[in-house]
Amino acid sequence: MAPQNNSLLELSCVSKYFGGLAALSEVSLYIKRGEIYGLIGPNGAGKTTLFNIVTGLYRLDEGEFNFDGIAYAHCKPHVLAEAGIARTFQNIRLFANMSALENIMVGRHVRTHTGIWGALTRNVAARAEERAITQRARELLRFVGIDGPHQTLAKHLSYGEQRRLEIARALATDPKMLALDEPAAGMNATETESLKTLLQTIRNSGITVLLIEHDVKLILGLCDRIAVLDYGKKIAEGTPDEVRRNQTVIAAYLGGEAA
Amino acid sequence: MNLGKFPYCKKCNAWRVFAVLAIVLLALPFVTDALLGRGWVRIADFALLYIMLALGLNIVVGYAGLLDLGYVAFFAVGAYNYALLSSPQFGLHWPVWVVLPLGGLLAGFFGVLLGAPTLRLRGDYLAIVTLGFGEIIRIFLNNLNAPVNVTNGPQGISMIDPVQSGGISLGSTQQVFGITLPSVHLYYYLFLCFTLLVIFVSLRLENSRIGRAWMAIREDEVAAEAMGINTRNIKLLAFSMGATFGGLSGGLFAGFQGFISPESFSLTESVMILCMVVLGGMGNIGGVILGGVLLVLLPEALRNGAGPVQQWLFGKTLVDPESLRMLLFGLALVVVMLVRPAGLWPSTQRRRELSDDDDDVVKQELESVYGSSK
Ligand SMILES: Nc1ncnc2c1ncn2[C@@H]1O[C@H](COP(=O)(O)OP(=O)(O)OP(=O)(O)O)[C@@H](O)[C@H]1O
Ligand SMILES: [Mg+2]
Repeated sequence: MAPQNNSLLELSCVSKYFGGLAALSEVSLYIKRGEIYGLIGPNGAGKTTLFNIVTGLYRLDEGEFNFDGIAYAHCKPHVLAEAGIARTFQNIRLFANMSALENIMVGRHVRTHTGIWGALTRNVAARAEERAITQRARELLRFVGIDGPHQTLAKHLSYGEQRRLEIARALATDPKMLALDEPAAGMNATETESLKTLLQTIRNSGITVLLIEHDVKLILGLCDRIAVLDYGKKIAEGTPDEVRRNQTVIAAYLGGEAA
Repeated sequence: MNLGKFPYCKKCNAWRVFAVLAIVLLALPFVTDALLGRGWVRIADFALLYIMLALGLNIVVGYAGLLDLGYVAFFAVGAYNYALLSSPQFGLHWPVWVVLPLGGLLAGFFGVLLGAPTLRLRGDYLAIVTLGFGEIIRIFLNNLNAPVNVTNGPQGISMIDPVQSGGISLGSTQQVFGITLPSVHLYYYLFLCFTLLVIFVSLRLENSRIGRAWMAIREDEVAAEAMGINTRNIKLLAFSMGATFGGLSGGLFAGFQGFISPESFSLTESVMILCMVVLGGMGNIGGVILGGVLLVLLPEALRNGAGPVQQWLFGKTLVDPESLRMLLFGLALVVVMLVRPAGLWPSTQRRRELSDDDDDVVKQELESVYGSSK
């Protein structure tokens, strides 16, 4: 599995320890541009840890990772956001007391420039930028299917809407790669189905998707390739069909769940 | 949608409110002077100073959610900057339009200086460290009279020049268009101008990219970081903006009082300013102003009112009004926080005037960006 030159994200031998526990050990993988890449594994396998590393929230202990050809192993989260990695969180982390619209507007922060001076004078450039931010935020809100008053506080949205608002906020940063940590958790079948359509639309717009999900059906139906983590190690990788047939995976994960 | 008409009417109303407010604010010192006496005009001046301070702290605490218990340090920096540059202490008498902005800048710089080491701290820990910084500044000012006498130590600096420019001094009665304006009235109008400036700046910042970034940090720092906000810079910006307001009002305070000493900048002051922000309604400019006004007026009203009320109730003064004052004041705070935990006038969700008539544009852009969705 030599990294291809059309790969967007490349991890090589990434390890992360918490005390004695190896949350990730020597994980290598690459994600191609434009694909939907799934990350599965039992609870505590290290999936979220991997997300936290590629979004700069955790420092990796060993190894390195490249995004879009540049090494980012020890960068701050905002640098990675600017580089084009946007994420959602397993436990929804919206700006609870800000409106749905404002949540997305915050996502535009990294692509806009108005500073103190612009804010105080509200000059032509600042006003134009503010208009563009608002406009884009409203588009995104509609894109993820949150209708109704935009001024609703994020905490007053339904659970499914909150998950989708997080996606919209992440999209507002104009990411090259969107990393979603269990976006379907707690959703019902219809919501999951519309999430699937949404993710396909996002991918078709040219954004690479990295997806953690426990919903096996969703992940097998949606992903181009899947990696399976177990106890911090990558135990398998391949197309959904390959992964489904892989004996180690069946033993460690699918089998474990069926039993 | 009918939303389109809404802002227009709101604007008419806003102008009416504005006009009434302007008249009230302009007439206030004269009315107060006539009804309650000159002492109350002075109290109004202080209320304005405290409103400025509270609005400054509101940026740090209310917007960015950084609990700062040493805010009075910046007030002190501004005040001492003014005192040292326009008093006989060093024989310097710099013009006020240099000294005041300089005080703001200097305090802003101190904001960054004191903010930088606290960037990784949150909540209680941040409060403790900032509390320490506030005390350090005060103790510094207290002890900076030896070996070289800079601040005159605990004696403080006196005979500070009043705010004056071009031969007109706010320290003495002036005739403006045939109206006699005593010093306290003049300062009232000066402070009012500055307060309006501070309100304007707060409003503009609140509804801006920077303001949203502050609030995002307040709501969830990790998420804010992950969304690409450089939390270090944005927090330092909050510290320095808040400190600048503090420094500015510190300068005004020094000119107004003519005398300052480290005693004026104790922890109690920081706590008082924080109370204004919290009691009024964190993050809401109106609430913070209300908090400032109440917390300046209430103790004074209690001081002046407690005696007569006791006379009327019991026929004699049972408890010394001076000691009763703080007791009732504390009680009032507790009651307010129990009844209205979010403050008297909490920040409601702001309704931005967004017109809804660009639906088609949105749809077209959507399709061009994401292909036809659904
Ligand atoms: N900040 C931390 N401190 C200590 N241990 C941690 C920390 N973060 C994760 N871990 C540990 O690392 C291991 C991997 O956790 P991680 O959250 O990555 O699992 P996961 O695959 O996302 O699981 P789940 O499916 O339950 O979300 C777990 O054993 C967890 O307890
Ligand atoms: Mg997880």
